[in-house]
Amino acid sequence: MEIKLWINDKLITDNVEPDMPMLEFLRDKGCLSVKRGCETSNCGLCTVWLEGKPVLSCTMPLMRANKKHITTLEGLRKEAAEFGAFLADEGADQCGYCNPGFIMNVLALERDIEDPTDEDIKEYLSGNLCRCTGYTGQFRAVKKYLAHKRSVKADE
Amino acid sequence: MLRCNDYIFAESLEEAYKLNQKKNNVIVGGNGWLKLRKRQWGTVIDLSGLGLDKIDENDEEFRIGAMVCLSDLENHKGLDKYTCGAVKDSLKHIVGTQFRNTVTVGGSIYGRFGFSDVLSIFMAMDSYVELYKGGIVVMSEFAKMPYDRDILVNIIIKKKPLKIGYSSFRNQSTDFPVVTCAVAIGEGRIATVVGARPSKADIRTDSAEALEDINDYAIKTAKSFDYQSNMRASAEYREHIAKVLIKRTVERIINN
Ligand SMILES: Cc1cc2nc3c(=O)[nH]c(=O)nc-3n(C[C@H](O)[C@H](O)[C@H](O)COP(=O)(O)OP(=O)(O)OC[C@H]3O[C@@H](n4cnc5c(N)ncnc54)[C@H](O)[C@@H]3O)c2cc1C
Ligand code: FES
Ligand code: FES
Repeated sequence: MEIKLWINDKLITDNVEPDMPMLEFLRDKGCLSVKRGCETSNCGLCTVWLEGKPVLSCTMPLMRANKKHITTLEGLRKEAAEFGAFLADEGADQCGYCNPGFIMNVLALERDIEDPTDEDIKEYLSGNLCRCTGYTGQFRAVKKYLAHKRSVKADE
Repeated sequence: MLRCNDYIFAESLEEAYKLNQKKNNVIVGGNGWLKLRKRQWGTVIDLSGLGLDKIDENDEEFRIGAMVCLSDLENHKGLDKYTCGAVKDSLKHIVGTQFRNTVTVGGSIYGRFGFSDVLSIFMAMDSYVELYKGGIVVMSEFAKMPYDRDILVNIIIKKKPLKIGYSSFRNQSTDFPVVTCAVAIGEGRIATVVGARPSKADIRTDSAEALEDINDYAIKTAKSFDYQSNMRASAEYREHIAKVLIKRTVERIINN
């Protein structure tokens, strides 16, 4: 099937099998940050943005992205590095496998909810599983990152 | 993984309906449940070109298209206000934000899953499904209907002067619920839905006088449902939790 879409603002046209999963398609196009962590739509590792909204690329049918924009971590290098530094400062990662999907969703949270409460943060991120940690390091990193971004914005 | 030989965006409901009459074809909502089925399909039928991703609200009702994703339902201001936050309460524990941005209300209701928070909350309200061929069917009746090859087009909620509340109990956040409970009080009546027993949601309706003794109402209503045991909880535990959820939900509504 013909498909035409933008991956990180780059126009791509291709011919794909009708059941090509979005996740494998994105990996084929070089977006290796997009990974599969489960078979049941449960882990959030495969998170990408479709028209700016975080979705599961293991689940969302690829053909629904026709004529639309997909963003992956590769398209958000600057923001990802900035938040990544907060994760590192809090010693949040252990194996780091869960990071790409987690970062995509934290950056979506930042755009979606202006001044999130602790509860908002936990709820928004509850679909990102981490097998190594107890999430407290990540939670501290998110809080500090968002506070930092707010203060930068206030200074502007 | 969803496996198929062809993937078609239906251009009309009639086309979708015709394609769906073949046993080898299937409609895809958000693909959350469908992808778990190990089967090679002929044609997968996609309804996303038919404008069914909108929620319309007027003085009398909400009309929710089958392709509306769960997060659009959760974040709809009118529904949130009408249900005093109960719709949000019912959806916020389902897996995660990205999942709810992906899966649809049509797939959730069509599936009539035993564990369904979505079916539970709709059943407590004055709600209906609109089927392409089968017409308009009351939610609690639809829940009992056998799976057929019709298309769920819209879900309708009639605005009645009801106060609505929702509670669920999970062993672990974002897991399937052990028990769901939705309550609607108004027009001289109380309706209580209990689901995930683990069989699918069912409803009990009484006159509002039953609420003179809330504890007694909760015990009797919880007892009137049947429960089974599975890996998440035993039947006895479920009944106990149902009683607690009914009592708390009623109290929350009354004190609100
Ligand atoms: C890991 C996991 C955890 C979950 N946890 C919960 C939970 O805690 N609580 C809860 O309430 N739900 C839960 N669900 C269910 C979820 O919320 C959705 O209800 C489910 O994914 C189905 O919605 P969908 O849009 O993905 O439909 P699909 O999976 O695409 O379709 C489901 C079925 O409905 C049919 N269908 C879809 N749309 C239509 C239509 N318009 N007309 C006719 N037939 C149609 C399909 O052919 C298919 O048979 C969970 C699902 C998963 C995978
Ligand atoms: S791979 Fe686990 S949710 Fe997509
Ligand atoms: S750090 Fe290992 S899965 Fe999260």
